[in-house]
Amino acid sequence: MSNIEHISRREFLQRTGKAGGGLVLALTLTSACQPGEEDIADTSSVAPNVYVNIRNDGIVEIYCHRSEMGQGIRTCLPQIIADEMDADWDRIELIQALGDEKYGDQNTDGSTSIRRHFDLLRTAGASAREMLIAAAAATWDVPAAECVAREHAVHHEASGSSAGFGELVAAAAEIEVPTDATFKSPNEYRYIGKSMDIIDGFAMTTGQAAYGIDTALPGMLYASIERCPAVGGAVKSLDDTAAKSVAGVSHVLRMPDATAPPVFNPLGGVAVLASNTWAAQKGREALDIEWDLGANAEYDSASYREHLTATARNAGRSVLNRGDVEAAFGDAATIHEAEYFAPHLSQAPMEPPAATARMADDGGCEVWACTQDPQSAQQTVAAILGVDKAQVKVNVTLLGGGFGRKSKPDFIAEAAWLAKETGRPVKVTWTREDDIRHGYLHSVSAQCLKAGLDADGNTTAWQHCTVFPSIGSTFDAAATGPSAGELGLGMTDNPYAIPNMRLEAGDAKAHLRIGWLRSVCNVYHAFANCSFVDELAYQAGSDPKDHLLRLLGSPRKVDPTAEGVEYDNYGQGLDTHPIDTARIAAVVEKVADMAGWGRVLPQGHGLGIAVHRSFLSTVGTVAEVSVNDDGKLVVHELWTAIDAGTVINPDRVKSQMEGAGIFGMSLALHGEITAKGGAVVEGNFDTYPVVRMNEAPAAINVHIMDVDAPPGGVGEPGVPPVAPAIVNAYFAATGNRIRELPLRNSGLA
Amino acid sequence: MAVDLTINGQSVSLDVDPQMPLLWALRDVAGLTGTKFGCGKALCGACNVNVDGQVVRSCVFPVSAAAGKNVMTIEGLSEDGDHPVQLAWRALNVPQCGYCQSGQIISAAALLERNPKPSDADINNAMSGNICRCGTYTRIRAAIHRAAEDQS
Repeated sequence: MSNIEHISRREFLQRTGKAGGGLVLALTLTSACQPGEEDIADTSSVAPNVYVNIRNDGIVEIYCHRSEMGQGIRTCLPQIIADEMDADWDRIELIQALGDEKYGDQNTDGSTSIRRHFDLLRTAGASAREMLIAAAAATWDVPAAECVAREHAVHHEASGSSAGFGELVAAAAEIEVPTDATFKSPNEYRYIGKSMDIIDGFAMTTGQAAYGIDTALPGMLYASIERCPAVGGAVKSLDDTAAKSVAGVSHVLRMPDATAPPVFNPLGGVAVLASNTWAAQKGREALDIEWDLGANAEYDSASYREHLTATARNAGRSVLNRGDVEAAFGDAATIHEAEYFAPHLSQAPMEPPAATARMADDGGCEVWACTQDPQSAQQTVAAILGVDKAQVKVNVTLLGGGFGRKSKPDFIAEAAWLAKETGRPVKVTWTREDDIRHGYLHSVSAQCLKAGLDADGNTTAWQHCTVFPSIGSTFDAAATGPSAGELGLGMTDNPYAIPNMRLEAGDAKAHLRIGWLRSVCNVYHAFANCSFVDELAYQAGSDPKDHLLRLLGSPRKVDPTAEGVEYDNYGQGLDTHPIDTARIAAVVEKVADMAGWGRVLPQGHGLGIAVHRSFLSTVGTVAEVSVNDDGKLVVHELWTAIDAGTVINPDRVKSQMEGAGIFGMSLALHGEITAKGGAVVEGNFDTYPVVRMNEAPAAINVHIMDVDAPPGGVGEPGVPPVAPAIVNAYFAATGNRIRELPLRNSGLA
Repeated sequence: MAVDLTINGQSVSLDVDPQMPLLWALRDVAGLTGTKFGCGKALCGACNVNVDGQVVRSCVFPVSAAAGKNVMTIEGLSEDGDHPVQLAWRALNVPQCGYCQSGQIISAAALLERNPKPSDADINNAMSGNICRCGTYTRIRAAIHRAAEDQS
């Protein structure tokens, strides 16, 4: 259990988190969480830490330091704190925290909000509870051990005394925050494990929910920016005469040129600012720009694909070498080989990137943005303005989807730079075309797999080479190949019990900005691995589910580091979050059972199964598909079982699995970003289609495994098994194997 | 130039370029931000509003075409957020990020106006113009059925 060390009011406390998490927290005992207000001693409330402030009217303010983008963290985070405090749900007030290092890590990415912060949030609630108990005990002059917190009050049974949290504020201000608060036991939970309604439900169904695109300030200008079609290019010449003549347009400004590597900086280009969004867009259309397309002007995704595939066919850099793969291939009764390809993808959140900035008198700036990472926004804005990050105040709005795109604050820096140049508040709104063409794209990949089977159908050897441009290229121009961290996303954490295994990575240079997309490299690694396992089942003449269980082997905990692999297990320990083949197998059994695996199917239907562990959770998916009279694939139903350890809000886990099913279907059926002449070809939902209601399955059935284990991730792990489950089901239905995404390119969507 | 129209029961006169899409007139001029921008090309339905009983995609609908008409946005669907569709949405916790839900709810309310007991196929037909990237489709279907039951 974590300790919160109390020094005194007005002093920061710091704690280094548990090993593996890399968490550094700053906890303050002041009541306010606004920059510049830390020193206000306020007797009307007491704040045991930066996440909780108890007001003397009895309201418990809870600061949500993670970004809400649909995963439900604004509901789940207060569930944890309020539960440990024994606070009443209707007497909490949720406040979205500013970007500030005092909260510790705020990067809402990697499915980390619960898995890395569960103990922290419990500590925040439990220490608040024990502080209130200590305050009551001191007031009544009774031992704290005889007092209990229950339903927003502290009670002393023997004397019959009780006091509400609000009544205890003044006394609590004199109490040191307990350093050894004890967590509740699970059987005492009030909210943890309960499907509480989402906290923003009313706002989201009445048009009141405020997203990044919704900010409006007095005197604000609206900006739309034309960016170079190719990454790294720049404006060669500009004629803005026509743009400036558009009614409402006030400014045309050349943005600073893009940097190499791109990091989180703006992409350059020309900004048009106007009195409304429409005028800014009209003015932008009237710009006459000649571009120097720069170093990536020749990028063509079709020829690049051939290059990637050729690289994957050759021996790459070895990252795991178990047994003797070559000898085992020589002894094998059957050799099976397959090549897989998956294209670039765009996150395409429904709310495109949008941010508003207003300069402050001291040269600093205040921004409002749909950001997944307010601290990197703060740093990036400070750098572009040349000020200290303490002078940049980042207000986090709701995010209209994120999926990794909004981890990068380039669009926020654009708004800040324009606010500085114009001296006016500025809102930058990306169009859909901007979003799809100028984002940080999911990487394109080619993979070659080869396996040897003995006469009994046992897989004796496995070779896997993966090639893709690295996300590292966004931060380091010299980065040319997959990093150990990326390979750990579904490749080097291979759980199969195969005696001879060789895993390799090949280099690939990036020509677009590469970034995170929901479940990242797990998308293509699971597509290849889970498809290939299915292929081997047919090679072995086995049922795919039985074969999957056979490959998982005897119950054991897999440790890639024991075989020399640089593997970080999503930043958490293999002791707390093991690669446990028994848990993976249990998920397989459960999801197969849910789907009625082995049942007689309607004519032309097929079932496919896939299981994949990512972000410390395991998800198994079964798809039932057929091909309709138009030759298009129909996904009739999906079944999903997830082992995410301890879950906070089962309904939000369920909704994430439902959403992952649709997101996975979109990339399986439709998703593809291509490039010609350095420029992304697709631009909107006509050329970059996503699944709509008419393609959504009749049902997405979800089961949450009842497992007594620390929390795993939830937002991302539902995505990877979906595409291979569909492809495997298509094979079961038709006997045709498809090894490239999206299926649209095979005429199936 | 002024365009006179009724928004959520209130007569307003907007001083805008008549070619400005209704979406931007609502958001940037009238200050009603519940209607969302998603694509700008009538592809996603995030901007759906109701004009004289018809669902229109406000991102490609010139504000001048709404002159003299009744525009209903998500803010005007009900007085207290208690339209059967809104209630059903909350009962089933439909929203994830919530961004597309204004347009989804406008489409669903219009569907139930003309078809009080829609089948799954009716729902698929009526709602396929609305993209939800979070993937709330199965809950939207269930919520429309629930709203249909609740208002019958």
